[in-house]
Amino acid sequence: MTNKLRTLASASVIALSTMFAGAVQAADTIKVGVLHSLSGTMAISETTLKDTMLMLVEEQNKKGGLLGKKLEAVVVDPASNWPLFAEKAKELLQKHKVDVVFGNWTSVSRKSVLPVFEELNGMLFYPVQYEGEESSRNVFYTGAAPNQQAIPAVEYLMSEDGGAAKRWVLLGTDYVYPRTTNKILRAFLKAKGVKESDIMENYTPFGHSDWQTIVSQVKKFASAGKKTAVVSTINGDANVPFYKELGNQGIKAEDIPVVAFSVGEEELAGLDTKPLVGHLTAWNYFMSIETPENSAFIKKWHAFIKDKKRVTNDPMEAHYIGFNMWAQAVKQAGTTSVDAVRQAMYGQKFKNLTGGVAVMNTNHHLSKPVVIGEIQEDGQMETVWRTEGVVKGDAWSDFIPESAKLTADWTYPWVCGNCEKPKHLN
Amino acid sequence: MATFKYILALCSFIFALGSISASAASLEDTIASLVKANTKQKIQAVTVISASGHKRAADVLTAFVGSKLYYKKAGKKVVIIKKAGSTYILFDPLTAKELGQLPKSKLKKIRVNNRIRRVIRGVLGSLTLLSKNPAQRLKAAEAVFKSAAASSVPTLKKALERETDQKVKAKMQMALAATELKTSKEQAVRLSAIEILTEYSVPEVRALLGSVIAIEKDEQVKAAAAKSLSDIEASLAFWNGIGNIFQGISLGSVLLLAAVGLAITFGVMGVINMAHGELVMLGAYTTFVVQELFRTYFPEAFGFSIAVAIPAAFVVAGAFGVAIERGIIRYLYGRPLETLLATWGLSLILQQFVRSIFGPTNQAVGNPEWMSGAIEITGGLVLTYNRIWIIVFSLLVLGLLMMFLKKTAFGLQMRAVTQNRSMASSMGIKTGYVDALTFGLGSGVAGIAGVALSQIDNVSPNLGQAYIIDSFMVVVFGGVGNLWGTLVGAFSLGIANKFLEPFAGTVLAKILVLVVIILFIQKRPRGLFALKGRAVEN
Repeated sequence: MTNKLRTLASASVIALSTMFAGAVQAADTIKVGVLHSLSGTMAISETTLKDTMLMLVEEQNKKGGLLGKKLEAVVVDPASNWPLFAEKAKELLQKHKVDVVFGNWTSVSRKSVLPVFEELNGMLFYPVQYEGEESSRNVFYTGAAPNQQAIPAVEYLMSEDGGAAKRWVLLGTDYVYPRTTNKILRAFLKAKGVKESDIMENYTPFGHSDWQTIVSQVKKFASAGKKTAVVSTINGDANVPFYKELGNQGIKAEDIPVVAFSVGEEELAGLDTKPLVGHLTAWNYFMSIETPENSAFIKKWHAFIKDKKRVTNDPMEAHYIGFNMWAQAVKQAGTTSVDAVRQAMYGQKFKNLTGGVAVMNTNHHLSKPVVIGEIQEDGQMETVWRTEGVVKGDAWSDFIPESAKLTADWTYPWVCGNCEKPKHLN
Repeated sequence: MATFKYILALCSFIFALGSISASAASLEDTIASLVKANTKQKIQAVTVISASGHKRAADVLTAFVGSKLYYKKAGKKVVIIKKAGSTYILFDPLTAKELGQLPKSKLKKIRVNNRIRRVIRGVLGSLTLLSKNPAQRLKAAEAVFKSAAASSVPTLKKALERETDQKVKAKMQMALAATELKTSKEQAVRLSAIEILTEYSVPEVRALLGSVIAIEKDEQVKAAAAKSLSDIEASLAFWNGIGNIFQGISLGSVLLLAAVGLAITFGVMGVINMAHGELVMLGAYTTFVVQELFRTYFPEAFGFSIAVAIPAAFVVAGAFGVAIERGIIRYLYGRPLETLLATWGLSLILQQFVRSIFGPTNQAVGNPEWMSGAIEITGGLVLTYNRIWIIVFSLLVLGLLMMFLKKTAFGLQMRAVTQNRSMASSMGIKTGYVDALTFGLGSGVAGIAGVALSQIDNVSPNLGQAYIIDSFMVVVFGGVGNLWGTLVGAFSLGIANKFLEPFAGTVLAKILVLVVIILFIQKRPRGLFALKGRAVEN
């Protein structure tokens, strides 16, 4: 009897709250949109994230769902086609009426869906490290901003343990993320007293496979008598032939270390890593980090995907944190209404898989630890350095003069993603 | 809490200091201290171990640098490990006695980083300079050159006296000159060191001289070093030019491999096959499957896996080709637009087909031993083995194909059908049968190209896409229907690309090449080597 009463009571509470939120829904499930490419160039990286989301939803349902409702994942395939991302986002929000979307990998695809989410007031969780210089009211950025990845990595290479590099090669794929990151890095290096002539910048197209010239150029650049390091923002498929060429031309990590921001366990899976031992990567997560949370996560992943060889990586952790924070916020808000959940997101805490606690800030970026790892023979990364605590993600870089003035803060009195002064002053 | 941390740090510091000042104290303690040491302390421990003169010192350091030095989580005993699956066999570092086995989870690695690796390679160099193995002595000389520590001079001199191998001797002389230039206080010794170094035009010496000039106070030494540097740079620039040509030929050979199959299907048959890249991709996946079989059943014969993969890839891609021709293309002869659309759709289907079977991630295709590494012609010119083999292989494939077309009966029938179908048919040639086999041949060759490309590129479902445009470019530029044209086209595009790249950057170089080709096609619509005769005009 009491049980019945309680369900009745909670049901009426839910009904009331949804009515107040103004989002009356016919369906009795909470819909979670998954917007990741399952075909085309980006399928290599994004399919794994789709599977991660399915796993997280299944797990939440085992715990009884949210607000007494089951979760339902709605998966669409934007096929690595940037304009199609916007169409599919519209489909998720308007046709399927999803409550939240987890998705995107490349920055260009994020830029493509941004107007859709802002116009229809949706909520997107974006899980990949990116170039910063953006803060949208409708997006939560759970990947690293440049100050959570690129800057600490370069500082490490400047330190004595990292090899005290004095000369820098910035290699990247030719699109917005590497170009912006390198712009920030260039400004940072100059602030540290590195001369213009000691920086070499080079861009290659997507999927570039012939690295002979560039690797020889790096070798030549490095033989000018100063310790040289390479910072790589090479993305996706082009990494494998790049590292193969490095190994074959005999560039050892002790002589010219390469630190990469887009190479994870997944990318190294197709590679013989023996010649690459000692080259570095910077992330917020490594599969090899031993914590109880991480080993539980890996175990669940292997059970879900039914393949013990599959690796876990940083964007997967970002989705894990993002999804769990969203679930907590929904519980707190008592509704899935975007505006209410957004308010509940600020200050939301969740345990990182690598130890410590991630916090969602009012600029829609996470505070997370930064770890720098070395590539090992088995294709895993081993931590060589990590920040003491967590680092707060900056939407706007302090090293680009016009960005340094801007503030992103979506709470009162700012309520703005790129303002020099609060919107509500009085 | 913070103060507690400081006290702890202080304690460990004192502990480390103690273990180092008492270098007479047993080596065992130094090795044990590695468990808790930070980078600085580890480097000090490395110096202590190398200076100990213990006969196992070099082995311990080799294990350390190779990430084989672990400690037991229980008891903190330091051991050297040998991997045997998920369990490790343990050895005592100083006595080399076997200490039983433990699973991986019960052990923890003593971490090295690049800074420690550099130090260890340096001291290992002077420890192994007198080794019996010439390859090891060569490596040792290289390591000493890099570290250039004054302490290695006496050993170097001793090693030089004994050395009989010319190559090793040269490296040792270079290392000695570098060390003297960097550490000696006498001007005469340093000047003669520079003179010796001038003979070695390698990038490493260039780097060394550059760093010396930057900080040198002695004007005479500085001037000598600057002169020597400019000599070396001139020689390096020359070798750099040669290297550029090699890289161009290498890129050309990759283009040639990708395009040669297309030269048959598009060039000879006139079929615009947008799925050509996917046939290359199928060849690469066949290599992957063959290698997996080798890994499971004959791991010791892994070096031969490529030899098996070549015919296998030919058969697989060829079979797909015949099926495509019989199933789709034969209904579309003479309708190029429909063919283009149908084969483009087919390429998407094939990509997704492979993605569903093997998954979207890259597959690991290994390089056999004889295809990894590089050969050093001089210090300034390093040629990688995989590229050399691919150049040889591409020429071989082209040669065999030409022989096949010119010297065999089937080749003759093929040419007859493409030149005048109705005449060939009335002579009793089964044109449909020849069409299918010709397309199969072109596809099979594409599969073989996949085997070669799997050695330098990703094996992923998107492999083919990257090559399709380049392939068409080569065939059109070289002249449709002419294999010689394909050869010349591929190599000239490769070399042009590689000479433009250093000045223009990769993206702009590609654009420039494309613009030049477009202009060229305006002038000569039939490409470099145009076929002549009545058949072409129709």
